This record gives sequence, C-alpha cells and structure tokens, in this order.
Amino acid sequence: MNSLPQAPDGQGPTDSAAQQPAAALPERGAESLGTRLRDSALSSNTLWIFLALVAIIVVFSVLKPTAFLSSYDIKTIFINAAVALILSVGMTFVIITAGIDLSVGSILVMSGVIDVKVMIAVAGGSSVSGNAGWGTIVVGIVAGLGVGLGLGALNGVMIALLRVPPLIVTLGTFGMALGLSDVLTGGVDIGGVPTKFSSAVGSGSVGPIPAMVLIAAVVTVAAGLVLHTTRFGRYTFAIGSNDEAARRAGINVNLHLIKVYALSGLLSGLGGLLSLAYFTTTTISGHETDNLTAISAVVIGGTSLFGGVGAMFGTVIGVFIPVVLASGLVIVGLQSFWQEVMIGAILIAAVYFDQVRRRARSRP
Amino acid sequence: MVNAEGVAPIIEARGIVKGYGHVQALQNADFTAYPGEVVALIGDNGAGKSTLTKIISGVIKPDAGELLFEGRAVEMSSPLAAQKLGIETVFQDLALAPDLDGAANVYLGREMLKAGLLGKLGVLDKQGMKTAATGAFVDLGVAIRDASASVVNLSGGQRQGVAVARAATWATKVIIMDEPTAALGVVQTENVLNVIRRIRDRGLTVVLISHNMPDVLKVADRIEVLRLGRRVATFDVKDASIELLVGAMTGALDQERAA
Repeated sequence: MNSLPQAPDGQGPTDSAAQQPAAALPERGAESLGTRLRDSALSSNTLWIFLALVAIIVVFSVLKPTAFLSSYDIKTIFINAAVALILSVGMTFVIITAGIDLSVGSILVMSGVIDVKVMIAVAGGSSVSGNAGWGTIVVGIVAGLGVGLGLGALNGVMIALLRVPPLIVTLGTFGMALGLSDVLTGGVDIGGVPTKFSSAVGSGSVGPIPAMVLIAAVVTVAAGLVLHTTRFGRYTFAIGSNDEAARRAGINVNLHLIKVYALSGLLSGLGGLLSLAYFTTTTISGHETDNLTAISAVVIGGTSLFGGVGAMFGTVIGVFIPVVLASGLVIVGLQSFWQEVMIGAILIAAVYFDQVRRRARSRP
Repeated sequence: MVNAEGVAPIIEARGIVKGYGHVQALQNADFTAYPGEVVALIGDNGAGKSTLTKIISGVIKPDAGELLFEGRAVEMSSPLAAQKLGIETVFQDLALAPDLDGAANVYLGREMLKAGLLGKLGVLDKQGMKTAATGAFVDLGVAIRDASASVVNLSGGQRQGVAVARAATWATKVIIMDEPTAALGVVQTENVLNVIRRIRDRGLTVVLISHNMPDVLKVADRIEVLRLGRRVATFDVKDASIELLVGAMTGALDQERAA
C-alpha cells in the first residue's frame, strides 16, 4: 500500500511504540482496521486517481448526458482501452520490480507480423488465407504469442544476467523488433487475416460484451490475482523493494526478473493478436508510443517508478482516464488533442505525489 | 576443541584467510561458538569482524581456512547453505524489503501457501503468516502492533525487531547478529539485549558482533576479540572487564600469541 506521511495522532512510527510492552496487543484488531482504512483512504495514490476518473465521468455525463453514456460510446471506450490495458498489465509487473519495458509496442507489431505471416504460409498464400480454418489460425496464434514470450524472455535475460539496465535493453529491442518487422514486410502492412479470426476475436462479442474487452478483462483480473495474492506477486514486490534482501532471503531474483519480462512480452504478443484481429491487417507504424501510453497508465495508477509499490486496480484506472478523456472531449466539442495535454499534467502530478511520499518516509 | 564442561563447539572457524586486493582482512583468524551460549565477537573498526561474520553466514567465501559446523567441515557457499544448517543472520542493514509488511518480511522467500489447489497455484496464506509473525513478535517481546504495516512505516527499533523475529522464526541452531544495537537508542538497545537473552534461553547459540563493550558485557557468556584480522583473546564474561577488552582490542594484550 502507498502511504503518505503519517498523521501524528495515528498509530505512527514513533519510538514510544517500540518501548511499549507487548501487552498493548489486544487493541491491535481495531487499530489495524483503522490503520488500513486510513492507509487506503488518505494515503493511496490509487484512491485519488480513482476519484479523478469518477469526477471526469461525472463532468462529461452532466455536460452531455445523452451522448457520453450511450452504450455505443461505452463500447467504443472499452474497445479502445482493451489493447492498452493488456500492455499496461504486463508493464505493472515490470515497473513494480523497479524496471521498465519500452519494447511493448514493437513486440506487439512483430508478433502480429509473425502471426499473419505464419497464417498465410500455413494456408498456402495470401489469396487463400482469408478463408483459412481454425487449425491455421491456432498455429498463427501460437507463433505470435511465442514471439512475444521469446522477445520478453530475451529482455529479461539481458537485464538479469548481463546486467544491462532495463531502459537500454528494452530501448534496443524496441528498435530491433520494429526494424525486423519492417524487414519481414518490406515496410508495407500486410492483410490476409483469416475472416474467422477477425470476426470472432476482432469484431465478435459474447452477449453484449465485445470479445476483445472480455479477453482484456479476463487477463487483467487473472494478472491482478497473481500480483496481489500469489508468491509470484510477492516476489515481484520484494525484488522492486530491495533486490538484495530478496536475494539474501533465497529468492532466485534473476529467474524471477526473466519471468516478469517474459510475461510482459507474452502480453504484448497477445496485444498484437487482438490488434491484428481488430484491424484485419498489421499496424506497423501505429505503435511507437504504446510504451509511453502503458507507462503513463501504470504510473498514473499509483505504481511507483522506483519499484516495490503498485496495484493492478490502479493500472486499470490509469488506462481508462486517457481513453475516457479522449471520448469525452470530442463529445463536448473540444479538440481531442487536449487529452494529451491533460494526461501529461496528470502524469507529472502522479510522480510528484509518489516523490513526496518517498521523501516523507525516508527517515533513518 | 572442547570447552571446560567438555562440550564440543557448534561453529568453529580455523585459520581463516581473506584478502581484498592488497588488504588482508583476515589473517589466520579463528573463531569458536558453543551450543546455547551468547558469544560476542568484538574488535576495533577494521579488525575483520564484518568479514568473519560474512564468512560464517555464507555471504562470502574465505581464501583459505576451515569452517566446521557441529564438528563437520562445511562449505558455506551462500546464505542459503547456512540457512539449511539452521544458521540465520540478522545483517547490519537488516535486509528487509521496506515496502512489504512485517509478516511478509518474516516469511520472505519461505512463504506459507494455502492448503489444496490454491496453494499449488502459489496462493499465499496471508492470514496464517500474519498470525504466526504476530506470535513471533509477542514471544520475543518485539512491540510491533500491526504485522500488516509496511516496514518502512516502522521505527528503527521495530525494524530491528522484524529482522530478529525472522531469524528467530527460522533458526534452529545459531543466530548471527551483526551490530544489532549500532543504530538504536538506549531503550531499544535494552530491548534487543532482552531479545538476545530470550533466544539463548530457547537453546539457540547467538553470535553477537559488536563494538559496544558495555552491551557485550551485559549479555554475552563469552567474548572473542579480533585484532588486525586475527583472534587475539577469548574471555569468559565473568573474567572480562572493559579494561581487559580494550587492552586486547588495541594490542596491549595478546593471549594467543603469548600462549
């Protein structure tokens, strides 16, 4: 949990607490609940940013009640958020380890390229691949996810074992994956995506819920559970908080970092598949800033760039704020470019509050 | 080398040599700890205390020399290897993850998992760890009222308490404490000394590394003195005084060379 400076009247970190005998324990239940409520109510960046999202929705709803909350608009908001959400979920793990992954957008592009290339090759040419069956599609999906997983693991190996800083490793693979995608396609987007794939995943829906949104939601909930309830998540936080302590506690820090970057790569690969299914073509030149979008979402959601602190719920809010802003601004008749201005300001504010929190706690 | 009561040592380091570049941190250093005692390892800055501590806790490997645990030669290649022998270390920097809570730190790397399928999926038993950690804090008299408060929000004494509780939870034979009172005030120091006594009363051996002689005289059963990378004296606490210890630390007294 995040914590702002402790209230002086609270169960604060005073030395008198250390001096009291253990007999003070019976009050613990009540205090612990109070502490937790205060921690989450007053000190959590995530809560503030959630309130900000609610405020944005309320403002737009009041300004244009009919347009903003129409089911069409909500569906558009969710579809626009789906791929960004999947990338941001992986980024949350990475940033909690005090790392960064700039390569997500390029891995997305490359896995889409490999996916469609494999589908075309298995089907026997781009003229017939559009009618390919599920067998072909599954082979392509496995190839696309495999590329993502492999590139992510490669990031992890270079970061954990070769000790090259994550910023540089993933900046390198960002360029390499994008360059290779251009090499493989000659720089021209390729179609030939099987119709069954695009209509089921890209434009299909389960009941009223678009398939892309459903996939993103399932991935996010599963990843949130992994992060907050499992040993894998606990190690992720521990490494970001103090990697040397984690190492001395017997945690295989290098292996865990490789897994975390591999997870981010795998999710980028999944994003590539969804994007391919949605647009029915590769989108080589559309993802240069996906990394910044994902990093902003994660950081706005209260995850600390310094590692050790973060929440998947915050990331979800951090993804939706820009998307909701963009939709809302258009509906109320402002240029959607204002969204970028506002997100920039929110991002700076989020990191500022994180810094304040860190400074407040850096007592001896 | 058995002691006066005929008890064999639990840890024995013989002729340990360790150099860093041109600096010889340890030159033929010896060290002995007997079961169930508090043995203090003291020495001036640069005497080699930290290096020797790291060697017996498995953090670094000696260049030469022999390490015996319960009479058997052992290779202490990592803290994990030491942990497997039942040796836990409270490092001077405490090695805590500050963003995690006290219970999470006590169980870091050795988490309790839920029973059944959830446990197989790696789901943590947070409540179980919290209950057990709270119990460990109470047993040791460590005043941490909320085991689910982040360590970063605890006072220095409380953080020390978390690190000691972790060691006490897992150690079955020996706890090594590197300068546990160096950063603490008077009252918390007294608390730590009490905790050390409680751990000894459970039958564990405590190796206390310190340069605070009054503290050492209060809590230790035996004292070993390092000077310039070598053991120069050992005292039973009832024969020791600050003057004797200072003499050994500064070179005025050298039992082993005289012997």
